[in-house]
Amino acid sequence: MAKRESNFVNMVVTLFLVTAIASFTLATVYNLTAEPIAQAREAKRQAAISQVVPDFNQLETQMFLPPGGGDSLEFNFAYKDGEMVGVAINTYTNRGYSGEITAMVGLDPQGTIIDVVHLQHAETPGLGDKIQKDKSDWSDQFIGMDPSVNNIRVKQDNGDIDAITAATITARAYCDAIQRAYDTYKKHFLSEQQKQEEDPVL
Amino acid sequence: MNQWQNFSKGLIKDNPVYILLLGLCPALGVTTSAFNGLGMGLATTFVLLGSNFVVSIIKNFIPAKVRIPSFIVIIASFVTIVELTMEAYMPDLFESLGLFIPLIVVNCLVMGRAEAFASKKDTLSAVIDALGMGLGFALALTMLGGLREILGAYSIFGIQLIPGATDGMLVFVLAPGAFIGMGYLIILFNYLKKKTA
Repeated sequence: MAKRESNFVNMVVTLFLVTAIASFTLATVYNLTAEPIAQAREAKRQAAISQVVPDFNQLETQMFLPPGGGDSLEFNFAYKDGEMVGVAINTYTNRGYSGEITAMVGLDPQGTIIDVVHLQHAETPGLGDKIQKDKSDWSDQFIGMDPSVNNIRVKQDNGDIDAITAATITARAYCDAIQRAYDTYKKHFLSEQQKQEEDPVL
Repeated sequence: MNQWQNFSKGLIKDNPVYILLLGLCPALGVTTSAFNGLGMGLATTFVLLGSNFVVSIIKNFIPAKVRIPSFIVIIASFVTIVELTMEAYMPDLFESLGLFIPLIVVNCLVMGRAEAFASKKDTLSAVIDALGMGLGFALALTMLGGLREILGAYSIFGIQLIPGATDGMLVFVLAPGAFIGMGYLIILFNYLKKKTA
């Protein structure tokens, strides 16, 4: 069979057919994979939540705006037998070394950090990726810190956090994400009295 | 050229990365570990197989002047299929490769084989060529990833080689290490090519 001639009709028909078949195929694959993708993301979110808050049997999700602008954060309130035991906050920072870092921060009702796990990042492998729990225990130092007492900044910025060697920007960004989660929680939930007590620290 | 030569040329003689110097962006970008290299290599192999197969079937149907846009649409479709499937069933691998998967579309290896080989040969030759080239690419990326992982993190496929030693020569995990490692592997492959020729 000889090659088809490159006239106008042939070209238009060919491109139309190629794109139509491609679109149809992609739509089919998308439909087939939509559910497993949603499940995989949900499983990852659930795993992150249960890592940063104590045992719970009921979860309630709400969005809140952080003070000072920016995208709203997802608050996952964990209840055990009707009592709130902690909140897992899906927070972010845009100050990473390469783009956005998202993390799940667990706070107890008083605002003390229970634990922090990263969700997504694109930091340098071998340096900045030490924020991952499976790469290094660096992020364990946040456990038990109370942002109203401890200064969630790296030591270079007169804070209480040891930076990651050769990845201070990443450590600084991670602190920023955690601080954002705490500030948002404080703005919406900690009582007026507590706020006044904390203001001098800031 | 028989089919065995057609297949095996991609491994050493015409190795896409070290001899033809095609697809260097993913070869340098994702090979921070042997596992990432292998994953990227196999994903590219799948895309190559699909695009070479389809292009060789419809090569006579496509008018010469619109062949490049048609090939791009075909390649992009296969890449998207890989991306969706990987996100659905291999979320861990997707997390480390995710950013680079869409870049397979502009990997000149895939486009090059479609244009230079599949659009001129029969379907069987095109598929075998894709297999050889894809596996050659996977071999190249796994070798570079393995080299960088061994020197940079003292591990291979995530298994520690020296107990307790985790911080290797970091330069090999970072971008300069990719260039240094690739340079030495290019020397090795050119030596092997001369020897087998």
